[in-house]
Amino acid sequence: MSTFYFIAFLSIFFSILVISAKNPVHSILYLVLTFFTFTIHYILMNAQFLAVVNFIVYMGAILVLFLYTLMLINLSKESEPRKSNLVKLAAVIGGGCFLVTIVAALKAFKISEPVILHDPNLGLVKNLGKILFNEYLLPFEVSSILLLSAMVGAVLLATKEPKTT
Amino acid sequence: MGLADIIIKFILVVIIFAISLLIALYSTYAERKVAAFFQDRLGPNRAGPFGIFQPFADGGKMFLKEEIIPTSASKFLFIAGPSLSIFTACIGSAVIPWGQQLTIGGHVIDLQVADINVGVLYILGVVSLGVYGVMIGGWASNNKYSLLGAIRAASQNISYEISMGLAIIALLMVTGTLSLKEIAVQQHGFWSHGWFTWNVFKQPLGFLLFIVCAFAETNRTPFDLPECETELIGGYHTEYSSMKLGFYLFSEYINMFISGAVMATLYFGGYNFPGMHYFSGNMLAILGVVVLFAKIFFFIFFFMWVRWTIPRFRYDQLMDLGWKILIPLAIANIVITGIFITFFK
Repeated sequence: MSTFYFIAFLSIFFSILVISAKNPVHSILYLVLTFFTFTIHYILMNAQFLAVVNFIVYMGAILVLFLYTLMLINLSKESEPRKSNLVKLAAVIGGGCFLVTIVAALKAFKISEPVILHDPNLGLVKNLGKILFNEYLLPFEVSSILLLSAMVGAVLLATKEPKTT
Repeated sequence: MGLADIIIKFILVVIIFAISLLIALYSTYAERKVAAFFQDRLGPNRAGPFGIFQPFADGGKMFLKEEIIPTSASKFLFIAGPSLSIFTACIGSAVIPWGQQLTIGGHVIDLQVADINVGVLYILGVVSLGVYGVMIGGWASNNKYSLLGAIRAASQNISYEISMGLAIIALLMVTGTLSLKEIAVQQHGFWSHGWFTWNVFKQPLGFLLFIVCAFAETNRTPFDLPECETELIGGYHTEYSSMKLGFYLFSEYINMFISGAVMATLYFGGYNFPGMHYFSGNMLAILGVVVLFAKIFFFIFFFMWVRWTIPRFRYDQLMDLGWKILIPLAIANIVITGIFITFFK
């Protein structure tokens, strides 16, 4: 349990650094660390497959693309736009109101019952595959169609203008 | 897990680490000798007989050279880049089964550091992490050429990871497991049930795709665009000097060693060899290790052979090859494998 609290602390710590870092590239690197702590969370929950996939897909591919884009478009360090004090004040007030709402909402909650899995080895590849392709086959296929349509849309947007050559 | 097991694992880790560093060290020597052979030269022959101490001389030079950190560089990331690069190169060896079980004084020793049941995916994860070292180093140098090298490395790695993953999917359909140990066990011997047991004979196209992607992922010629010296001076390590440059160069050789080990395990039978049923016990385990290393050395030689034979691609050719040829081929390979498994098994 103490491992969980330590990793949870690290997750929150790095995610705060993501939004407070001045340099966008540093932000992305902190985001990489945040995702790495998520991977550790998955391992703690014995979900090895999810952990490795999170590692490959998010840390290894998506964030590399983020970093790639930032390096291409944002070469100077101090390119972050300066915000006026009025905007900062509004943000503080808004954030404070949000905090109060959240605290009030959470106070009404009871502490949730911990979910006990029927099968603690659910996260292993074999079990996960069996469940995904038997019990949840339709949602799995539907979500893959969703991804496919998103991909087609992206390709369509990227090649909006027909080539003249 | 008792204390004895932990000590054994620790010793195993140290040995594997030392061996990978030693092989990487002598790969630099072998590369120069191979290059010399291909170009009808002598190669390094001054330090010791046949220049055998050349890697140590080079290493000493790297350590003793002046270390320069550019004033406009981001200092922490400038140091983190090469460290990350060599770190990711070294951790890949953890899941590779180096041999069968060895019995010493009643202790049964698995010649594999960690038999995790997602071994193949772990390798993919390590490969995908490898690009961060290059990207961070290239960006932190605050130099146009370094940045261009870093950006090339990123897009190249992302592109070739996809076809590498797809090639592995077809392999996994054949083996039915993600554990490297089980994959190695399945390829026992050389011939059974009327066909070769090694996966390269079951997945020839998959192996071809995998080896091309391995060249791209290790930044070896013909795909060494991130450090292409005719266009980018030195690419992502333009600003680096002394041992930090050494780490970048060294991690390339460790990556070569690890990818050779992965290819040998996934496709070329790992520690299995024809006629292995004549041996048993420790003899078999030791012979297995020797055979695996022979395969790895062949792959390392193959990497060098290609480097000194084939010229570098142009960048758009590289991307065309990755996206328009390798990925469709890999998908076709998956479909063919699926059809084959459905109708013939």
